Amino acid sequence: MEHRLTFPTTEEAIRELRAGDSVLVDGHIVGIRDRTQIRIFDQGVEPPMDLRGAFLLHTAPNVRKVGEGRYEKLCIGTTTSARMVRFTEPLGRDYGVRAICGKGGLPDEAIVPMRRYGMVYFAIVGGAAALETTQIEEIEEVFWEELMPECLWKFRVKDFGPLTVAIDSHGSSLYHDVQESARKKLEALYERL
Amino acid sequence: MKTDVETVSSLQDAVLQAAAHLYVWALKDIPQDLRDALADAAERETSVPGQRVLQTILRNVQVAEEERNLVCQDTGIAVYYCRVGEHFPLHPARIYQALYDGTERATVEHPLRSNTVHTLTRENTGQNVGYRVPIVHWDFVPGWDGLDVKCVPKGSGSESMSFLKMCTPADGVAGIKRFVLDSIVGAGGKPCPPGIVGVGIGGSADYAMHLAKEAIARPVATRNPDPLVAQLEEELTGLLNETGIGPMGLGGDVTVLHCHVEHADTHMTLNPVAVNYQCWAARRATAHVSPDGSVDYDREA
Repeated sequence: MEHRLTFPTTEEAIRELRAGDSVLVDGHIVGIRDRTQIRIFDQGVEPPMDLRGAFLLHTAPNVRKVGEGRYEKLCIGTTTSARMVRFTEPLGRDYGVRAICGKGGLPDEAIVPMRRYGMVYFAIVGGAAALETTQIEEIEEVFWEELMPECLWKFRVKDFGPLTVAIDSHGSSLYHDVQESARKKLEALYERL
Repeated sequence: MKTDVETVSSLQDAVLQAAAHLYVWALKDIPQDLRDALADAAERETSVPGQRVLQTILRNVQVAEEERNLVCQDTGIAVYYCRVGEHFPLHPARIYQALYDGTERATVEHPLRSNTVHTLTRENTGQNVGYRVPIVHWDFVPGWDGLDVKCVPKGSGSESMSFLKMCTPADGVAGIKRFVLDSIVGAGGKPCPPGIVGVGIGGSADYAMHLAKEAIARPVATRNPDPLVAQLEEELTGLLNETGIGPMGLGGDVTVLHCHVEHADTHMTLNPVAVNYQCWAARRATAHVSPDGSVDYDREA
């Protein structure tokens, strides 16, 4: 099924999405990465931005500084999400985040928090940064510039995607299913080696 | 008539400029063999999410060209492969300095994101340069006066999916194949499939990984000149595509574009196998430098 969603959004809208669906996103999304989340959760620093209903993108963009706290996009792409899986639960529980978007997927430990708090994982195409950059209209705000490029970024986006719902809020994960089926196929393939 | 000092200095500058050009060019304009392999993958993929991924990849390659932007935001760690002719009039010590300075110049002038950090402090060490970075591999060619430089910016998502196993002789070729299969299934969507699986076999532990990296730097779908090794490449490519991992690990028919294998003879009790993954954005660009400092650029080498 194909959807179009504007962020920030509601739990109700997120619960409509099913693993395998395709989504195009408009509105505001938040760029975040390893060091940003280490600061929030390991160093206990409150984020200077309301994350309720938010869409988080795992990114460290290439930008050009054009003024005090102002940046112009050069090339914005997405990083591997699996490194940051342990932040999934507190992002949903403490901050009301609704969507995490990255590449490569989240391990199975993300399935329960996503079901419990009403969150999804969107798979973007890793490496497709030239296209992604054209779908980001503007960098509206930047916090924690000293973590450059792993700051907290606020982007305005239009037709962002297409994204695939890879983990939904009902306990389904494409990554889990693909791994399970691949493990079975491997058993048969070993016989032919 | 130029003095020797002037010749060296202008040749070093030519290599520097070539390196700066190669680094940016590789990031923006992927080779035709790779474009063909991606288009071919889109032809045969039957899964819905897999097809969505491949169409987005093809669109992205096109947009990068139109917007003159980078294909992928990960500017990687700069890796160069040098083939130095015996009679090339610039010493490798100076070639290294030129590659270092060229990498730095490209990063500052474009500008490119700098990824290089001290491995313990994690502090940024400069403009994509640092201690022992860029990484340069050397080959020396007798009876030749040229220099070939191939730039392979290597992204971290795929480089993180590198694996080594010291199999035993009793594990045999089946053990090699099994390790490659397990590695790629375990990597799932993380290295941005469908890409090139580089496999290095034989030699020693470190040399096997070196060979695996050399394998990913080859033009896509080229075959090892040794027919036994080429047969292993064909077989592994087929087996890996039966795992169903699919584009970006979302499930599908195309898990890898191709598997390339490089080999070395080894000790009678060793059977090393190394896997080095290259994402679908398998960037590379080459310059042929003549002794007079003229440079021919080559996207397909």
